[in-house]
Amino acid sequence: MASLNVRAAILSVLFLVLFLGAWQLATAPPGAPEHELTELELLMGLGAGSGGGMPAPTQVFSLAWEELSLAFHDGGPNDKGIGLQLMYSVGRVLAGFALAVVVAVPLGFLIGMSPVLNKALNPYIQVLKPISPLAWMPLALFTIQDAATSAIFVIFICSIWPMLVNTAFGVASVKRDWLNVARTLELSNLRTALFVILPAAAPTILTGMRISIGISWLVIVAAEMLVGGTGIGYYVWNEWNNLDIAAVIFAIVMIGIVGMLLDAVLAQAGHFLRYQE
Amino acid sequence: MSLHFIEVENLARRFPQPGRKPPVTVFEHVNFNIEKGEFICIIGHSGCGKSTILNVLAGLDSPSEGEFVMDGKEVSGPSRDRGVIFQNHSLLPWRSALGNVSFAVGARWPEWSRKKVREHSRSYLEMVGLANAENKKPSELSGGMRQRVGIARAFAIEPKLLLMDEPFGALDALTRGVIQEELLQIWGRTHQTVFMITHDVDEAILLADRVLLMTNGPDARIAESVVIDIPRPRDRSAIHQHPEYYTIRNHLVDFLITRSKTLQGRVGGPGQQPRTVNPVKGTGVPERGSTPRVVGGTG
Ligand SMILES: Nc1ncnc2c1ncn2[C@@H]1O[C@H](COP(=O)(O)OP(=O)(O)OP(=O)(O)O)[C@@H](O)[C@H]1O
Ligand SMILES: [Mg+2]
Repeated sequence: MASLNVRAAILSVLFLVLFLGAWQLATAPPGAPEHELTELELLMGLGAGSGGGMPAPTQVFSLAWEELSLAFHDGGPNDKGIGLQLMYSVGRVLAGFALAVVVAVPLGFLIGMSPVLNKALNPYIQVLKPISPLAWMPLALFTIQDAATSAIFVIFICSIWPMLVNTAFGVASVKRDWLNVARTLELSNLRTALFVILPAAAPTILTGMRISIGISWLVIVAAEMLVGGTGIGYYVWNEWNNLDIAAVIFAIVMIGIVGMLLDAVLAQAGHFLRYQE
Repeated sequence: MSLHFIEVENLARRFPQPGRKPPVTVFEHVNFNIEKGEFICIIGHSGCGKSTILNVLAGLDSPSEGEFVMDGKEVSGPSRDRGVIFQNHSLLPWRSALGNVSFAVGARWPEWSRKKVREHSRSYLEMVGLANAENKKPSELSGGMRQRVGIARAFAIEPKLLLMDEPFGALDALTRGVIQEELLQIWGRTHQTVFMITHDVDEAILLADRVLLMTNGPDARIAESVVIDIPRPRDRSAIHQHPEYYTIRNHLVDFLITRSKTLQGRVGGPGQQPRTVNPVKGTGVPERGSTPRVVGGTG
């Protein structure tokens, strides 16, 4: 009997093959399309001999091969490789995320340690948290007057809340006993914060970071569709305007892969910081 | 002017109640002294306020009334003079066994080099028999081993007073016995002053020079200070055969069964020391309640 992992891997590959097979069969009918054009296809102007709607997986693969071999090609504003576009997006996400860390972790620390501050700030946090980050975009564009910086601001504003809430919660729920250990050793407040509270709350803080970076990656695509210029969101929108559906599908897969990698990095970091009671 | 190493005077702790109810007095009129190098155990029913007293001595809680003088100085707030072994070991789970001890040692002597801190910490881990588990995290240690790391940590900072809150409460009887013996050995070497809470009468007789008996709460008082003069070194496996063992044990058990209730809120007063009792010599023994009874087996 093969191990669980091997069996799961075989099943995974099987699903992929089935999916791609079905896709291939559905999108590569011999001859011209005979079905009625749907409203959407009409809208897209696809009916008129553009070779059918959905590209077949083979088409996507060959495009992916081309795109990946030119991943870091830079031929001007409308001709950047996918690698470059992803780097712009990741760069914005990391910049916004880093700013949010700088603000959210210390502030969360204060909120977690002071019940008064917690109560005082909680209503604002509760109101601000559910606001869609994109709703801030016009305000950001108006005040910052710069599209790229506005996108970073949007990332900042969406990634701050999970970290703030998690840091405050993690700090507030540090065990009394551990704090008492620090007190009986007469540790200074700073040392207590650094050597007792921070490691104790680290796993919770990191969970917040993981949620934040996940949301940031969701939001950056939409934000870049709005602000344009560079980035994977802009790439998707641009290819849609070119009606290059194969490129759109390829970009979607790449967004998924990069998002997974970002999460994996933080998951790995969390692994180091986790402790078992 | 203090004649004793530790003097606790008229200690009281009251907790406010919700609403307009008057505050509840956990204990009051608590007076006792401890000499340097003495091993004191305190026994009383659950909820009578033992942990509260210990927290006050540790400086983690402040009394509603009264004061606590150590070495001629009034004490307020926690300090490294007093080491605490908490009820549930309270090791930092992200640090190794050695890391936990050296964290305390490094805080106690900030001027020491890393190497010196490590060596000092290691010697105390060796003392509790954990030399080859120094790199294990608390989660990888058994309950008894964790408690031993806690003991090593508390002894390693060489406090003037060691406070222990039911340190062996969570351990099975066998492990308990082993660690009690280790504790006796370490104490025999270091002669630290110890104040320890326990629920276990046999443990108190094995370890203590004196046992303080606390009546039930609320309004708990320390009613008696029972002298245990079974000679040291004491051997856990043989102490039951000591002719005085059951006289002492019966006295303590009788207190817990009857007098802790009947004396509740009725003994002591401002400045009044608890009655010193020597059950063997028969001094200070109250008239009622000390009828000899044979209590078989273990508590
Ligand atoms: N913060 C608090 N607020 C109100 N009451 C408290 C508080 N802390 C303790 N008490 C009360 O004080 C009493 C004594 O508590 P304490 O923990 O000292 O008991 P204990 O003798 O250590 O009991 P045990 O043997 O079960 O550990 C209890 O009745 C408890 O309800
Ligand atoms: Mg207690």
